[in-house]
Amino acid sequence: MSSCLNSLNQMPIGSLGIVKALTAKGFIYRRMLDLGLIYGTKVEALRRNSAGDLTAYQIRGAVIAFRLEEAEKVLVEQII
Amino acid sequence: MSKADLFGIKIESADDIVVALAGNPNTGKSTVFNSLTGLNQHTGNWPGKTVATAQGKFAYRSKNFILVDLPGTYSLFANSIEEEIARDFICFGKPHVTVVVADATCLERNLNLLLQIMEITNRVVLCVNLLDEAKRKKIRIDLQKLADFLGIPVVGTSARNKTGLEQLKYVVEQVASKKIRPTPFIINYSQKLEKAVQSITHHIQNLVGNEINNKWAALRLIEGDKLLLSSMKDFLGLDLLQNDQLQKELFAARSLIETVNTFEDLSYEITAAIVWAAEKISQNVVTIEDNSYNQLDRKIDDILTSKVFGIPIMIALLGLVFWITIQGANLPSNLLANGFFWFESRLTHLFSQLGTPIWIHDILVLGIYRTLAWVISVMLPPMAIFFPLFTLLEDLGYLPRVAFNLDHYFKKACAHGKQALTMCMGFGCNAAGVISCRIIDSPRERLIAIITNNFVPCNGRFPTLIAIAGIVGIGAAGAYHSFTAALSVLTAIVLGVIITLLVSKILSNTVLKGLPSSFILELPPYRKPQVGKIIVRSIFDRTLFVLGRAVAIAAPAGLLIWCMANFSINNVSLLTHCAQFLDPFAKFIGLDGYIMMAFILGLPANEIVIPILIMSYMAKGSMLELETLTEMRQLFIENGWTWLTGICMMLFSLNHWPCGTTLWTIRRETQSWKWTWISFLVPTITGIVICFITAWTVRLLKLI
Repeated sequence: MSSCLNSLNQMPIGSLGIVKALTAKGFIYRRMLDLGLIYGTKVEALRRNSAGDLTAYQIRGAVIAFRLEEAEKVLVEQII
Repeated sequence: MSKADLFGIKIESADDIVVALAGNPNTGKSTVFNSLTGLNQHTGNWPGKTVATAQGKFAYRSKNFILVDLPGTYSLFANSIEEEIARDFICFGKPHVTVVVADATCLERNLNLLLQIMEITNRVVLCVNLLDEAKRKKIRIDLQKLADFLGIPVVGTSARNKTGLEQLKYVVEQVASKKIRPTPFIINYSQKLEKAVQSITHHIQNLVGNEINNKWAALRLIEGDKLLLSSMKDFLGLDLLQNDQLQKELFAARSLIETVNTFEDLSYEITAAIVWAAEKISQNVVTIEDNSYNQLDRKIDDILTSKVFGIPIMIALLGLVFWITIQGANLPSNLLANGFFWFESRLTHLFSQLGTPIWIHDILVLGIYRTLAWVISVMLPPMAIFFPLFTLLEDLGYLPRVAFNLDHYFKKACAHGKQALTMCMGFGCNAAGVISCRIIDSPRERLIAIITNNFVPCNGRFPTLIAIAGIVGIGAAGAYHSFTAALSVLTAIVLGVIITLLVSKILSNTVLKGLPSSFILELPPYRKPQVGKIIVRSIFDRTLFVLGRAVAIAAPAGLLIWCMANFSINNVSLLTHCAQFLDPFAKFIGLDGYIMMAFILGLPANEIVIPILIMSYMAKGSMLELETLTEMRQLFIENGWTWLTGICMMLFSLNHWPCGTTLWTIRRETQSWKWTWISFLVPTITGIVICFITAWTVRLLKLI
């Protein structure tokens, strides 16, 4: 298991990561917490749109898409 | 005693039981609402807000229940107006019972909201909805165990099959009459935080009494929730900011906590405690028998959001919807028109029998009645077909996928991905498109979407575009001709989309400055649509609603059109005077004065632009249509049309002021005249500029 942290947008599609930190601020930070994106949460990268700047993730049973700018602000440890 | 009336909720008697309905978006909350209240409902806006509200009634055991549908939210931390409204209503509106609707297929995330609500009020009932979907996906939920964990009643439902609703009503009644007293499970925070909360709870109790949950209020105040303070001022008349002692105690309480957690942030600690509790509860009560339960959704997503096929499939689907709408509307439109004109002749007959002066007959029948009849017969059928089809796509869960596919382009224009959806709606009707902008949660992007919605041609403009395209392309014969017409309309749509993106970008760099705000899009599971309900709801909520506004505008406009065409000075009608006045300017941008007047008088509905134009050219006193395109072409050519006039008229049809119904809706949605005027001016100026450029390019290149 690697100990280096990636941001969510660097996770390849199909991989699984564990949230280690959020660097987002304000509204978006609150919204991420509301979606249950806290320390230790498992996140799976599901799919990307054709332009490659919007990615859907499986988070606590729901499918949520983040833009690049938001995904950058979630630091994860990739486990698979 | 409920204080729901503070929120504009109409209560008929003091015995009425007020029930709030809360829940995450996409949990089938509105299905629960509709199933419980049927057609006994009333929609509107929250007082002073642009957020929609719905209240409905149902009777159970000879008691009257008033159900208030709160906005769908993920939490109650007041990140958005919707959350603020939901929280204020639960906290200060004091409903007798709050029912939280949760999605059984995604229980864990839904529990977050429930746990937050349980901190505010004891009188909570959890409704675990979509149990049928959960069963299909082999997700099992132990409802009894869940109720034991939570300390509140839990009812399982599949609202669309109407199962579990009787039980839900029973439990709600029991809680309202205090025969069941829920004892909600309380979240435990860190020792330090609990101590800090405790240190000020007593003081808050002294100030507020038992009006709200004091522990919850203490927690919020320590967290620094300023919105709660202002809500307390609004609803309880208490200005706690002015209370020096409380401020001192708050300061002391905060110093007890320092920083304790990973993200060094109190909000984090509070949310994390709730998320963990939800996770723990859900692990105990949910059994997923088949881990590949969402494989089907993923497979459908593979196709519908595919990098290769996603956008073509979307275009094909939209094309199909338009085709069905246009084809399907023809016959009922003709039938309606025939019916209305038959009735018109009966009216005329009646008037002449009664011996009413001819001018009264002309104003009422040829002016007002004919305009109304025209608007209804051309608007109603396409809307009655388009809206159910669109609602079907919505119900299936397809629309968020469209936003997913197209977000890139909107992001480039500094706009919101969901603007794609509001544009699709705009193809049906711009007024409905403007209302649908409510799904965009950030105000800046929402205004952009509202202002630019008019750039997508609505159902009402398609006939104009098709007719003019037909006239311009009529030189070519046979199949080639209908091909030219189709191509022109397609070009108009593509042009509309390009202009929307360009204007969005320009707006973002000028009057609505700002970076694209955060964009988080949920892709909910696909669901089996409820066809019957779709038809009823889309007819009531959308079709009749829009038609009502259109009729309200068409009646006075009909009067005006008739007066313009029939009152004359020096034997020349007012309409012609105005057209002659506008003519130099209109010619300058490739149109003529009569076309300009037709667009101006066509304000109530774009459908009547061509009938008014024909009326003006033929110098008749009331609107009429011609039998064939050839006749129309002949008439237009006699009035000095060239192919350039046709092209410019199509361009101006695509880009000019929104129709009266849309403007009215924009005023309602933005609550601002300023933005209504901007929404009027932006497409108008765009249209003038584009027509000018086109006309002068053609003229200077001597193409004509």
